[in-house]
Amino acid sequence: MDEHGDAAGTAVRTGPGDSGRTPVKYYQVGSFAVGNRLVALEQRTVQADPERSNALTSGHRACQGCGEALGARYVLDAAMRATGGKVVAVNATGCLEVFTTPYPETSWQLPWLHSLFGNAAAVATGVAAALAATGRDDVRVVAQAGDGGTVDIGLACLSGMFERDDDVLFVCYDNQAYMNTGVQRSAATPPGARTATTEAVGPDPGAPFGQGKDLPRVAMAHDIPYVATATVADLFDLEAKVETAMAVHGARYLHVLVPCPLGWQTASADTVRVARLATESGLFPVFAAVDGQVTSASRIRHRVPVEAYLRQQGRYRHLFPSEDRPGRPDVVARIQAQADANIARYGLLADGDGDGDEDGTRPPGSGVAGSGVAP
Amino acid sequence: MTGRPEAATEAATEAATAVAEQVTPDGAAPGEPFAVTLEVGSSLANHTGSWRVERPVYVHRLPPCNDACPAGEDAQGWLYRAEEGDYEGAWRHLVEENPFPAVMGRVCYRPCETACNRGELDEAVGINAVERFLGDEALRRGWRLPDPAEPSGRHVLVIGGGPAGLSAAYHLRRAGHQVTLREAQGALGGMMRYGIPLYRLPRDVLDDEVQRLVELGIEVELHHRVNDLAAELDERSFDATFLAVGAQLAKRAYVPAGDSARVLDALSLLSGAEQGTPPVLGRRVAVYGGGDTAIDAARTARRLGVTEPVVVYRRTRDRMPAHDVEVGEAVEEGIRLRWLSTVAGFEGGELVLEEMVLDEDGLPQPTGRTERLEADALVLALGEEADLSLLASLPDVEVRDDTVVVGSGAQTTHPGIFAGGDAVAGDRTVTTAVGHGKHAAGQIGAWLAGRDLVLPARHELATFDHLNTWYYADAPKQERPRLEAARRTSGFSEVVFGLAEDNALFEARRCLSCGNCFECDNCFGVCPDNAVAKLGPGNGYAFDLDYCKGCGICAAECPCGAIAMEPERR
Repeated sequence: MDEHGDAAGTAVRTGPGDSGRTPVKYYQVGSFAVGNRLVALEQRTVQADPERSNALTSGHRACQGCGEALGARYVLDAAMRATGGKVVAVNATGCLEVFTTPYPETSWQLPWLHSLFGNAAAVATGVAAALAATGRDDVRVVAQAGDGGTVDIGLACLSGMFERDDDVLFVCYDNQAYMNTGVQRSAATPPGARTATTEAVGPDPGAPFGQGKDLPRVAMAHDIPYVATATVADLFDLEAKVETAMAVHGARYLHVLVPCPLGWQTASADTVRVARLATESGLFPVFAAVDGQVTSASRIRHRVPVEAYLRQQGRYRHLFPSEDRPGRPDVVARIQAQADANIARYGLLADGDGDGDEDGTRPPGSGVAGSGVAP
Repeated sequence: MTGRPEAATEAATEAATAVAEQVTPDGAAPGEPFAVTLEVGSSLANHTGSWRVERPVYVHRLPPCNDACPAGEDAQGWLYRAEEGDYEGAWRHLVEENPFPAVMGRVCYRPCETACNRGELDEAVGINAVERFLGDEALRRGWRLPDPAEPSGRHVLVIGGGPAGLSAAYHLRRAGHQVTLREAQGALGGMMRYGIPLYRLPRDVLDDEVQRLVELGIEVELHHRVNDLAAELDERSFDATFLAVGAQLAKRAYVPAGDSARVLDALSLLSGAEQGTPPVLGRRVAVYGGGDTAIDAARTARRLGVTEPVVVYRRTRDRMPAHDVEVGEAVEEGIRLRWLSTVAGFEGGELVLEEMVLDEDGLPQPTGRTERLEADALVLALGEEADLSLLASLPDVEVRDDTVVVGSGAQTTHPGIFAGGDAVAGDRTVTTAVGHGKHAAGQIGAWLAGRDLVLPARHELATFDHLNTWYYADAPKQERPRLEAARRTSGFSEVVFGLAEDNALFEARRCLSCGNCFECDNCFGVCPDNAVAKLGPGNGYAFDLDYCKGCGICAAECPCGAIAMEPERR
């Protein structure tokens, strides 16, 4: 045991390394929770604040346990805090638009525009230009879309926005298919997953391997100032990334994984848990990139095989043996290989922890006394 | 609902107007929106709570530490206060159940830590270390026990001033009863004084905690051995009696021994050492037995100048009743342990040890093979039994297997006479005795009031699978420093030191708060429907059932298992 001094009572927990936030001291109880009665208010998340904006408020018609409703509130409340409440949101068509604004109701508590499915980035560009023309540089613009409105239908406008470096934060809430129209495949649907257009039949059940678009990397290829990924399972990380993004001008991209109980066929209570398993298996890397270069990645705390993630979800049920089917261990192995490739590419395991030994992994900054600044 | 600040909405409207002004087509009035507009917050008209088939409810589950505590302490409850640095509040919460935190923090075998859920994560919370810190802090700062209630007019006799008797006296006195405590010895404490060696429990700590308790107004009669209970009850009338005479008669085993062989029992060694009249032992001493008393006797002998104490036990270390901590410390101090051996004889400075083997049931069986071990004295530590001769005049008090028979209400077969501690069947530890005393005090109070004691139903156990441990950061246990082994055996200095304040605070904060909300804001944060209200520090949260869809994320992501999902009532 070391000399006690600073070791007692506190551990250091930081946001992502690129955020530039001062390392925050957290107590040993509930350090990863939304808040904690033992720490000062400013050290808790935005979501712990009873005065948070609730930019997306109650009464919306998202399904029980909707990850997108949760993710959108997380992102926008953080953006509202970062800008003193001066945010305009532009929304593409999609679940988020449909469930928040069934005429004549709206759940939005910030200025919010919806135009078409494919043009959210272009409308946001226009809003930003209008604000600039009127000298309102204090008001910031956030565009948001689902994975369909981002990686498929809205990609042309988005790529243009990136190329022009327009002053917009574009947020993709990725639930990996077209959910409100009945779960059709998008270019963000992962291989092996069952959707209404990639049924679990034939020699290659589910969505095909070798297709789809990795939008965070597409965004990075535009050399825009800031690209990051996040999930609804790590709120500190997500809020820090929004804060970082709002401190930068120019085109920024945030890709948030938001599990969908309907399309993923998961229990509504498991939304956060499934997102956590996606990152802990390495299938969904959580990282940030500045000017096209990866600058930080969230380390896996307790690595799990992809099977732990896939088995939670009915859309992968056909991959596992049951009374009436043999299962597809070969497909599970291919998905595992994808996770392993992510872990290698982004360095998701702590140093010297290549074998995925759980005991070797430590949460960023959970060590005692000041050792916790993420790399 | 919380958190719809007007300021944010105003800023938002202002921003929207700025946009609208710029893009309004010719002809529209400035400031008029050009598209369909909807009222801010209008979705609140849609009460999505009607979708719900299950509703979340905040619950309290029983933490395993509390469940395991023989004294019925609410460890999670007082740790919660200690986490905030409110040590006095924590201590006051603790002494609701147990008036001896400083003693407990030294002598308890901590079943709470064995049960602690954190043990499945990294290491159990050092509950006992924090308890000792609180106990020492109270003595240092002179915190007083809570005042007794208004006088009840009832008078209870407590026989025996050990942990059970003192605990009963404490709880009876607090309830407003007059208490007379009769103790055969010249000082209170019982086995805490005459059975637990100094190096585990310095006597100033014991004296201070006992004195603080007596000052509540307990009438203590020392040197008053009750030899005939019926006679004493005739002499002066009491409304009830609590019998806590302990077990001090050493069990003997037949050991063929020559005239010169020195054989004594462990209790006389321990109490002799306590009273400054240690027996003459010699250089080589064998202690026969495998319980904590055997280890205590060997470690005490070591401190009395015995250079080669050996503990002889007929089974193996893993089957030894003694606690691991004790055995480990004994080995550090140079005490040898001899397994699978019985003492077959003792003559001419030599013990005859017979080798044993364990049969398939784990019972030791003799092999007939013997060897010899030089020894100047043999200490028997084979257990103790109660001296119940005081009950001879009360034949209706049932005694079985040398212990007093009590029902679930701690009452003997003689109405109005209750019993507890080592004199009744059960674990013979200080903590168990304290628990017996508390339990009996409650039962006596109810009996005096002519009613049954209705204990609140126990909550469902907060087992590990109720927790979501993702949210707890890794945190190494803070170990209590200990005296170097080389410096222990030269005297009776305390072996284990207390934690400093910062370490105690750290340790308290390792508590997972199993089954009880610790206000981490997770439920408030993770609700996709903003259907959780935060009520402010100390007040917890409330579900807004107008909007809660019953998805269950709050329950799944609650770190400590304080939310349950219940079927919606129709």
